Amino acid sequence: MTEISLEHYLILAAIIFTIGIVGIFLNRKNLIVILMCIELLLLAVNINLVSFSIFLNDLNGQIFTLFILTVAAAEAAIGLAIIVVYYRNAGSISVEDINTLKG
Amino acid sequence: MIAHTIFFYIFSLIAIVSAIMVIVSKNTVHSVFFLILDFISISCLFIMIGAEFLGMIMLIVYVGAVAVLFLFVVMMLNVAQQSDVLFQTPTRYSHLPIGLIVSLVIFFELIIVVGGWKYKPDLLSVNSINIDQNVTNTHLIGNILYTEYIHLFQLSGMILLVAMIGAIVLTFEKRSGIKRQSYIEQISREKSSGVSLVDKEINTGVKIDD
Repeated sequence: MTEISLEHYLILAAIIFTIGIVGIFLNRKNLIVILMCIELLLLAVNINLVSFSIFLNDLNGQIFTLFILTVAAAEAAIGLAIIVVYYRNAGSISVEDINTLKG
Repeated sequence: MIAHTIFFYIFSLIAIVSAIMVIVSKNTVHSVFFLILDFISISCLFIMIGAEFLGMIMLIVYVGAVAVLFLFVVMMLNVAQQSDVLFQTPTRYSHLPIGLIVSLVIFFELIIVVGGWKYKPDLLSVNSINIDQNVTNTHLIGNILYTEYIHLFQLSGMILLVAMIGAIVLTFEKRSGIKRQSYIEQISREKSSGVSLVDKEINTGVKIDD
C-alpha cells in the first residue's frame, strides 16, 4: 500500500473521462443519457482541477471548479429544456430517430 | 494514512463502476440513480482530499438539483416505454470501433499528461494563492471569491439567470382556449372604447342584453 499521490487522482479522472466519451459513442437509446455522459466528463475535469489545487497548494483550481459547477447546472437545465421541446415536436428522443441531417 | 488509501480505492472503485453502469444500463431511471451514486462517491473523495466546501456544494447542486431535474424529465417524457419499441429493431454497431479507438486515444493522451507531470514536477503556476492550513476551506474560498473573482462570480450569476429564462422560454407553450391577461391591451384601453353614453327616454327601463 503506497500513499495516495496526485497520479492516482489523475488516473481516476482519466478513466471517468474515457467512460463518458465511450458512453456518448455507445449510446443508441436516448438523448438524456448523452447529457448524463456530458455531466460525467465535467465531473472528471472537476476531479483534475481539485486534485491539482490541493497538491500544488493553490486555491485557484477550487474557484474554477465552482464556476464549472455553475456552467454545468445551466447546461443541464437548457439541455433538458431542449429535449422536452424536441420530444413535444418529434414525439421521440431516441438517437436512431434523430436523422434529419443524414449524418 | 492507511485508512486514507483504503477509502480512496473504495470510493474510486464505486465511482468507476457506477460510471460504467450509467452508460450500459437499459433503463434510463437506473442511469440517473447510478449518476447520483457517482457524484456522491466523488464528493466523498473531495471531502477526503481537503476540499470540503466543493464536496458539499457538489452534493447540493448535483444530487439535490441536477439529478432531480434529470429524473423529472425522464419520468415526464416516458422514455422507458419508448425504449421497448426501439429494443426490437436491430441496432447497428458499425460506429462502435471508431468510438472505441477515439476514446482509447483520448485516454492515453490523459495518461501522457500524468507522465509529463511525473517527470517535470517543478512546473508551478506564477500567481498562486496559497492554501493556509489554519483556516477552513470555506473561509479561504469565500475570501478569494468575493474579492479577486467578484466579476466572474457575478458573471456566473448572470449565466444562471440567462439559463433560467432560456429554459422557461423554450418550454413555454401557448395553448388555445385559455383566457390570458394582456397587459398591453389593458394599459392602452381608453375611455372612448370602454364607456359609451346612451340617450334614453324616461320611464321605459333599460334592457341589458342589447
